Amino acid sequence: MRKWIIGAFVVAAIAGCSSTGTQDTAPVEERAPAATTPSTTGGATTAGATTTGVTGTPAAGSAGGAGAAALKDPNNILSKRNIYFDYDQFTIKDEYRPLIEAHAKYLQANRAARAVIQGNTDERGTREYNIALGQKRADAVKKMMVLLGATEVQIETVSFGKEKPRREGHDEASWAENRRADIVHAGE
Amino acid sequence: MRRLILAFLALAFVAAAPARAQLTIEIVGGAGTTIPIAIIPFENESNWALGITGIVGADLQRSGLFRNVETGVAPRPFRAEDVNFGDFRARGVDAVVVGSMRALGDGRVDVRFALLDTVKRTQLAAMTYVVTAAQFRATAHKIADVVYEKLTGDVGVFSTRIAYITKQGARFELVVADADGGNPQAVVGSNEPLLSPTWSPDGTRLAYVSLENRKPVVYIQSLATGQRQVLANFRGSNSAPAWAPDGRRLAITLTREGGSQLFVINADGTGLQRLLTSAGIDTEASFTPDGKALLFTSDRGGTPQIYRLNIASGAVERMTFEGSYNTSPRAAPDGKGFVFVRREGGRFMVAIQDYATRQVQTLTPGPLDESPSIAPNSKLIIYAAQQGPRGILAGVSSDGRVKQRLVSPAADVREPAWGPLAK
Repeated sequence: MRKWIIGAFVVAAIAGCSSTGTQDTAPVEERAPAATTPSTTGGATTAGATTTGVTGTPAAGSAGGAGAAALKDPNNILSKRNIYFDYDQFTIKDEYRPLIEAHAKYLQANRAARAVIQGNTDERGTREYNIALGQKRADAVKKMMVLLGATEVQIETVSFGKEKPRREGHDEASWAENRRADIVHAGE
Repeated sequence: MRRLILAFLALAFVAAAPARAQLTIEIVGGAGTTIPIAIIPFENESNWALGITGIVGADLQRSGLFRNVETGVAPRPFRAEDVNFGDFRARGVDAVVVGSMRALGDGRVDVRFALLDTVKRTQLAAMTYVVTAAQFRATAHKIADVVYEKLTGDVGVFSTRIAYITKQGARFELVVADADGGNPQAVVGSNEPLLSPTWSPDGTRLAYVSLENRKPVVYIQSLATGQRQVLANFRGSNSAPAWAPDGRRLAITLTREGGSQLFVINADGTGLQRLLTSAGIDTEASFTPDGKALLFTSDRGGTPQIYRLNIASGAVERMTFEGSYNTSPRAAPDGKGFVFVRREGGRFMVAIQDYATRQVQTLTPGPLDESPSIAPNSKLIIYAAQQGPRGILAGVSSDGRVKQRLVSPAADVREPAWGPLAK
């Protein structure tokens, strides 16, 4: 069941990438109302405010200005960088869409800005296969960001697999923390 | 060409330090039948601090196929003609090793030995080596190789080397050691993870993956000079190097064109070519010994399974069907099958599959076994295991009977790679 949902999202994402025009994001908007509807809770509201702030400055040459400061502002959703995943999964849960959209809009407003998305897995599974799984998580985040306004060239996706666990424990709490993609902006 | 940058060892990378914590190998399960062998201390051996026969005996014992017998036969024979076969047969010994050591005055030592079959009452082998004391260990491994081959029919691998990664605190090292864990040398040290070391077929270079640039990058490093070179540092992740048997090319996994996909690249970093196109993950390539096919892991069918690519035709054949997780294929050098990691009931275990019969045999208990690597004689597999909170290396024979544990006093040990036969 879950795999069908992933498949549908990937197909939608690929379809969006390979065509041109302004309706590209339509399929994803249908699937992800939370990400694009401003009337959601805390995170989304913050995202809206941030997006407004960034787009308020001139797009050209604005990469290092007020936008960059927002990345470090703990009250700004742009300071949030972690997207968590279920075991063996790389579907993005709805709760992370506001965060991902905020970063996408930041990159859209700052075309000279660059970001790296780093995928991670828990310790279960073999090392090289986990590098590939972590990559899928990073790629899933990138796809969504591109659909939401960032460009392909702005985002590099890489994977650490299970090599750089944030928590070293061998329990579910540690594993959950390590099944993660992190958004890192250039210069950080 | 831009990518072919010869990188000199950066400050973060230390030169080899000889005093590494050494792995010691324990036998934790033996073969059903073992060959009883008497290894008589060589004539004059006690004149040297480090002897030879002790190492020969330890090598053979550790293989799990031999049982060293203390016969107490007196006087001790040193030459083939001095061996009384009846004396040894009476003590249940099937084979005897005798020999002598003689200082040549120029610092070198004449070492000679003979291997005798007490059942057939014949001499199976006799060799002479002229070596320095520093070469005693290597000489002992060579003698053990001869004995092993004559008595089992399989090539001995006591003279080979292994590579592995250690993690101590936040420090990672790529280490090369003798197959018995002796003589460990750090090849590279880093504060970021290292993984996937793999030997060039001639044993002179290692390819591996380093995260020192905040992403996986594939390097090749010469063991003789320590010089290293970036093999693949493309946009995205670069990983899973596998040498082709000709030593000129490697298969690697790149994400530069989207998704984890298989490529081949010349060992000098030129000639990048995509091998396959799939919608999912393709990774962990391993060449078959004839170089004509690649085993690899793919999730194209929904779960990770092992496939075989015919390189010339491009045909892909699924190899594993049992279970929902089969990864890390390594083609056996004898061309008869491959080892891999399978998950069953949440346990990750090393298994072996035969091409002809498709029969799968699980060789290890788990729960977190991975990174199997096959010895060049296809008879032994070294792999990484978890023992409590520690990563250790373990060995198992390809029939699953002999089990070894390689114990390191301090560090976590992982990612073993068995080197080729010594030339």
